[in-house]
Amino acid sequence: MTGQSLFINDVQFPDMLYAATVRAPKPHIRIQSIDDSAAKKLPGVKGIYYAKDVPGDNRVPLVFQDYPFLAGNIAKFQGQAVGLVAAEDPATARRAAAMVKIKYKELPAVFDALEAMKKKSPKIYGKDNIFKKFTVKKGDIKKARAEIEVEDTFTVNYQVHAYLETQGAIAVPRDDGGMVVYGSMQCPFYVQDAVAKVLGETYNKVTIIQQTTGGAFGGKEDVPSIVCGHAAMLARLTGRPVKLIYSREEDFQSMSKRHPGWARIKYGATKKGKIVSCKVKYVLDGGAFATLSPIVLWRGTVHASGPYEIDNVIIETYAAATNKVPCGAYRGFGQPQISFANESLIDMLAGKLNMDPSRLREINAIKKGGTTATNQKITESIGLHKTMALAKKSVGWSKKWKKPSLKKGVKKYGIGMASSIYGVGLGAGGQHLAKSGSFVQIEPDGSALIAVGNTEMGQGARTVLSQIAAETLGAPYELVDMMPTDTSRVPDSGPTVASRTTVMSGTSVMNACKVIRARIDEVVRKELKVKGKVLSENGFYKIGNKKAPYAEIIARCWAERVHLSHAGWFRVEGTTFGEKDGQGNPYFVYTWSTMIAEVEVDTETGLVEVLNFVSAHDIGKAVNPREAEGQIQGGGLQGIGYALLENLVIDNGRMMNPNFTGYIIPTIEDSPDIKPIIVEERYPKGPYGAKGLGEPPLICAAPAIANAVYNATGKRIKDLPLIPERVKCA
Amino acid sequence: MRVSFKINGKKVTLDAAPEARLLDVIREDLGLTGTKEGCSKGECGACSVIVDGELVDSCIFPVAQAEGREITTIEGLSPGGKLHPIQKAFINEGAVQCGFCTPGMVLAAKALLDKKSNPSDADIKEALSGNLCRCTGYTKIKSAVKKASQNGERGRTKKR
Repeated sequence: MTGQSLFINDVQFPDMLYAATVRAPKPHIRIQSIDDSAAKKLPGVKGIYYAKDVPGDNRVPLVFQDYPFLAGNIAKFQGQAVGLVAAEDPATARRAAAMVKIKYKELPAVFDALEAMKKKSPKIYGKDNIFKKFTVKKGDIKKARAEIEVEDTFTVNYQVHAYLETQGAIAVPRDDGGMVVYGSMQCPFYVQDAVAKVLGETYNKVTIIQQTTGGAFGGKEDVPSIVCGHAAMLARLTGRPVKLIYSREEDFQSMSKRHPGWARIKYGATKKGKIVSCKVKYVLDGGAFATLSPIVLWRGTVHASGPYEIDNVIIETYAAATNKVPCGAYRGFGQPQISFANESLIDMLAGKLNMDPSRLREINAIKKGGTTATNQKITESIGLHKTMALAKKSVGWSKKWKKPSLKKGVKKYGIGMASSIYGVGLGAGGQHLAKSGSFVQIEPDGSALIAVGNTEMGQGARTVLSQIAAETLGAPYELVDMMPTDTSRVPDSGPTVASRTTVMSGTSVMNACKVIRARIDEVVRKELKVKGKVLSENGFYKIGNKKAPYAEIIARCWAERVHLSHAGWFRVEGTTFGEKDGQGNPYFVYTWSTMIAEVEVDTETGLVEVLNFVSAHDIGKAVNPREAEGQIQGGGLQGIGYALLENLVIDNGRMMNPNFTGYIIPTIEDSPDIKPIIVEERYPKGPYGAKGLGEPPLICAAPAIANAVYNATGKRIKDLPLIPERVKCA
Repeated sequence: MRVSFKINGKKVTLDAAPEARLLDVIREDLGLTGTKEGCSKGECGACSVIVDGELVDSCIFPVAQAEGREITTIEGLSPGGKLHPIQKAFINEGAVQCGFCTPGMVLAAKALLDKKSNPSDADIKEALSGNLCRCTGYTKIKSAVKKASQNGERGRTKKR
């Protein structure tokens, strides 16, 4: 707020060098030779380094480990890192990097996921260019008695995170041979894996510290491993601190993105509107290396048929390799793409049934006791119908929804809805990470410190975890804080992804606090000379009508050497997913959402103005309602941008608009006032009933918009984004 | 080239290449890192500062043009640590998430409110249209600026 927070580019170390990256100039090349003689002679250049100089292992330790820190003989996408320059100032480093001449032979390349999956395509991953595939089979699609069917094909383009702060890191060598790396990141423990690997160093000599991070949204989940690995490598080889900050353009060109997607979906229903079957084929364009594609695909697979009770489902999904920038995690993680497809098709089914699309959704929405596509029975915490009802009421749906053909004029009004199901956490696909360590301690003056491996990146984790701790300990909220995420000081709580932090670290922290609180309660009983349950209120511990101030009790605890700290550990058990048929209980709880968009479409220009946007989510319990609203509004506008404005163009492997001039993200002028509606169907196993919220606010925004545009114009657009050229129909 | 200007009320004189970006002079020569770099092309507004009352993208503003002028950066808004009413409003409304766009956004609000103490919603949108935020969706930023305009310079902020 005051400019005091230090983001990574605000930090300096004495004797620091600056790094710049040499990148592959074409999408698929065999590197024959590199001439850096002129670059090396530039005054201020300390050294230029390549794959052969990697002190440890050149493979980024993620999933399939097929992504090298630095390209060896082959580079597989334009912009892939090939070399690193260390210089005395950033301008010299960049100039030197630009002077490095790579002699190469161009190799056959493939730029489309469906093309890549064909037999004759150039092979860039394994034998078939398929990183991963999944199948979900529920019931028997052949036996389904559908009286009406709709089927269509949908495509979605990339989405760029466009966090305001680009990637960056500073690596500082320790005098004992260890390494400390500071950086903009979501997952310091992932970075620890990477830095230890690239240096060939033991974990206990590698410390990773998250710096205040300027936005992430999944874009700083795995790729900081590369940025930090590069900085660490140079720091090791030069013996000096090294700062590496990405320019906006290279961030666009080389860092992860939301996967482009293709889907063919079919719904079958009775004439009364009961959906009896769903068939999905869904393909994600993974780019040149696997990175997180297998996991993104998995989440998309599990949720592909939408939040509906359907007896017969078949879902087949693929993630394919292409010679473009590798795609990874972005808020929604494989769901926004398929949600655009399935929620658009639901409206098309409603049209064929001559039914209000909200009614079709109400008939089929999963209820308590119902089952998902993986045949998981939902027994608790399901507020899906409530989100639909409240969203409809807020916007006045019943009065406003009319069929498209009744509208006249150049500027047409439309209203559209979409709903979603979202499995909280990493699920069965991420079992080995489903844990959270925590440490809580109360200081002599009553202030309390929380240590977790999860990070604050603007989403409010620091606030929420402090609230949970304060509530459980009976401590005043203002006295509780979370410490910076430093891997040498905090336990590993798993990655800060998958909308999992409130549930996972919230539970871990709560459990640790319960242990400490039990010890405090004993002291309270001794002080008040009374037995009974100890409550806390307004800075006092109370039993009946006797009370003692918080600070006095804490001082008493310290004087009597009561142990006022505890380490928490929380694990999730019981998630399952059948390898052959995808049946099981892939997530321990779900967040349910409904969004409604009101738009005005200028049919001559194709411009869409979002007049109103209502976004309802069942999150179990809003630990901090204001922060929850912020997530709903921020995620919602990203979804609106995905629907209408954001169009990354890669032509034959070359990114044409790696900047904000050409890749448009919503400005304040493009933002409707997003109305958040919070539904609380308590999750009994969540901390104070809470589930997760980071991602759902984006997931079904695009189909809500697309359905509204259809409602306005009668034109069904099946490719995102809904740019003016696609929308205009006057 | 010698260049002199006032920054946050203080006169400074320094040597810089005439085409040096004001952003670099502020961050490196003067050590004021509250002003951020987001895109280097004047597209995102993270580098916004106020020059003689006008909001400017300092990443595309040559320092030579700063000669003799009065510049305000985010650090100049809260002398002695006392928060400006706009800053208080941002905090109270929940208009800050990651914080990276915040210095520029707050200055955009200040440049507006210094000219129009009672801006309409359309005025607010136009004044902040050059400042990108990816986290908040802008809804709470709009209400923060509205609240700040209602509470005036004396900084009385109503509790929600």
